[in-house]
Amino acid sequence: MALSFPEEVLEHVFSFITSHTDRNTVSLVCKSWYEIERWCRRRVFIGNCYAVSPGIMIRRFPEVRCVELKGKPHFADFNLVPDGWGGYFYPWVCEMSRAYPWLEEIRLKRMVVSDEGLELVSKAFKNFKVLVLSSCEGFSTDGLAAIAANCRNLRELDLRESEVEDLSGHWLSHFPDSCTSLQSLNMSCLSSEVSFSALQRLIARSPNLKTLRLNRAVPLEKLSTLLHRAPQLVELGTGAYSAEARPDVCSNLAEAFSRCKELKGLSGFWDVVPFYLPAIYSVCSRLTSLNLSYATIQSPDVTKIVTQCPNLQSLSVLDYIEDTGLNALSLSCKDLRELRVFPSDPFVADANVSLTEQGLVAVSEGCYKLQSVLYFCRQMSNSALTTIAKNRPNLNCFRLCILEPRAPDYLTLEPLDNGFGAIVENCKQLQRLSLSGLLTDRVFEYIGKRAKKLEMLSIAFAGDSDLGLHHVLSGCDSLRKLEIRDCPFGDKALLANVSKLETMRSLWMSSCSVSLGACKRLSQKMPRLNVEVIDEQGDLDSRPDSSPVEKLYVYRTVAGPRLDMPSFIRNMAQNPTYMR
Amino acid sequence: MESFDETELRLGLPGDGGDATVAMHTNGKRGYDETVMDLKLKLSSNDQDTKNDQDKKVFCSVVGGGCSVNPPTKAQVVGWPPLRSYRKNMMSVQKKSSLSRHEEVANGGGGGGGAAFVKVSMDGAPYLRKVDLKMYKSYQDLSDALGNMFSSFTIGTCGSQGLKDFMNESKLMDLLNNSDYVPTYEDKDGDWMLVGDVPWE
Repeated sequence: MALSFPEEVLEHVFSFITSHTDRNTVSLVCKSWYEIERWCRRRVFIGNCYAVSPGIMIRRFPEVRCVELKGKPHFADFNLVPDGWGGYFYPWVCEMSRAYPWLEEIRLKRMVVSDEGLELVSKAFKNFKVLVLSSCEGFSTDGLAAIAANCRNLRELDLRESEVEDLSGHWLSHFPDSCTSLQSLNMSCLSSEVSFSALQRLIARSPNLKTLRLNRAVPLEKLSTLLHRAPQLVELGTGAYSAEARPDVCSNLAEAFSRCKELKGLSGFWDVVPFYLPAIYSVCSRLTSLNLSYATIQSPDVTKIVTQCPNLQSLSVLDYIEDTGLNALSLSCKDLRELRVFPSDPFVADANVSLTEQGLVAVSEGCYKLQSVLYFCRQMSNSALTTIAKNRPNLNCFRLCILEPRAPDYLTLEPLDNGFGAIVENCKQLQRLSLSGLLTDRVFEYIGKRAKKLEMLSIAFAGDSDLGLHHVLSGCDSLRKLEIRDCPFGDKALLANVSKLETMRSLWMSSCSVSLGACKRLSQKMPRLNVEVIDEQGDLDSRPDSSPVEKLYVYRTVAGPRLDMPSFIRNMAQNPTYMR
Repeated sequence: MESFDETELRLGLPGDGGDATVAMHTNGKRGYDETVMDLKLKLSSNDQDTKNDQDKKVFCSVVGGGCSVNPPTKAQVVGWPPLRSYRKNMMSVQKKSSLSRHEEVANGGGGGGGAAFVKVSMDGAPYLRKVDLKMYKSYQDLSDALGNMFSSFTIGTCGSQGLKDFMNESKLMDLLNNSDYVPTYEDKDGDWMLVGDVPWE
């Protein structure tokens, strides 16, 4: 009889394996490893909440402490997913409240959370520590009050970019005096004013507070008071950054900032009054992360700040920075890894600022650690893209948004196929790509051939025919998420690559040329995919198979058709006119 | 007479087609030549006069408004460009609040909505005046009007010609006909203003 390796030892070894993909791989080695692994898995990540059910998760992983769930498709961020689509948290928290009494952390993205759900979280999990609600909606400040009042060991409350029904700022006052465990608080998305004295006292009794992101309602004059009570802060999001120009207030603020020796990240900066910008100069040299993407300050002011931040790794700005500012950035910030440039006036046709492709070229030349780019601009050329690609083969995320759909190379008036082709050819580790501008099927041929590590691809107003989609589905070996809007892609490419879709997390296609009949056929061929047609015109049952669908969302699942679809979404496997 | 050469007057054309507003950035007491004004004029694209307006020099306003003349608003495609509602809301909220702050300043003292009142002072004059910039179509018009407003102080209020000029600009002709005194008030900046320039509403 073979001696088996003691379980305890294997468990101990597994505890060093933290990445989800690695743990998944470990569980596939053999049955006993599968068993051992599932009992000691503490963190579960579910990228699509409908790919699996709460019951299945709980059955397989009985001792989980941290759950991360994602709901709506990414294009929901841009209003392409109708209200009522789904992504409800409540069914999950109901079952978890029974199965995981020792649950500590919940992280949700693009899910619909209710006050009842939050109340249940606050009461069911005695050791609850971390709540991150990213781009979520459906709850109010009453739900937050329950969390504040009942979670005795709360470490982190992060509401980043969620839509909260803001009834009042009173929720913050529900943190009991005994709560001293807070390390991270992000309330930047809320609009109501909280009681300043409650906030002040909360900060004063939280010695481990490292991250504090205030909301716009916290006035600038009071910021120094808060900073005095939390000089240990590592990340700060200011409130509104405006006040009457008073030198004494400014010097107080500067002094308070200078006491924060650990400060590495700054954000906030709504309603900026340039008079108060010098107050942050003393911390600039330590900053690794700076988010000025809501600050409506002009190029000289922005440039003055970034050129004082030699250790900057991540920068978000508005296009007010202009090419000159980006040039200065490329000379001063040699450690830059991530750059995001947002448009200040996206709905005006003509450029309101002097930001062109040259700014990005400059950064690609000077910042040799640059990995991640999100860039909104009004003009681009193949030669600029090729230069960027050759400068920065280490790019892993490249998202370019030329504001005008189908805009060609502004120098040659050709499509931008070659430019993006150069990107995928040179940047061999590219994991995420967003395309824009005038593009033919050729760019997809390049992507299919070369982008072997690409995991997420976003396409809009591009391509000529099904061939484009076919190149991507048949060529991109690592593709997990594909989202497409307003492209002439249709049935042929989809039906020629049905099995590919089971290797991916999800496919989104809206305003394309996919027919109802093709969706039915896809669903028939691939029973483990949910093929969901979203159509708000209301007559899906009576439409001919040849009619195009508005929106299509296809994802792999082991949970079968979902039961919470609104009337305007149909799962093609449940099509009443279709008989097996 | 004030020299208007030193007047710093900057015109910025809106990217969002807002009504005319006046912003004042001040440090302490203001004189006319120290007043920095950002004017956002609504130009109708059907107006034939806009061709003349386009010949004027335009400078970008400080609040980051559009620089180009009559920038056409794009027909908006749903979800394009790909920006979160959160960001779009935040940017428009900031724009609106900065516009409303400027309107508050312009209308301080009960100015009517839509008017663009600016305070005008002349050294040695016993009180100040307010002009509605919307009333004037060119710098020459404005200059003439201001000249008329303040000419009484150089010619002499006792002179009948000076009084007539003065009365043409004033909305309180009855009162002025009967007395050597004019009603004034002290506003929040501590300036003495002639009653009547700004409409009661």
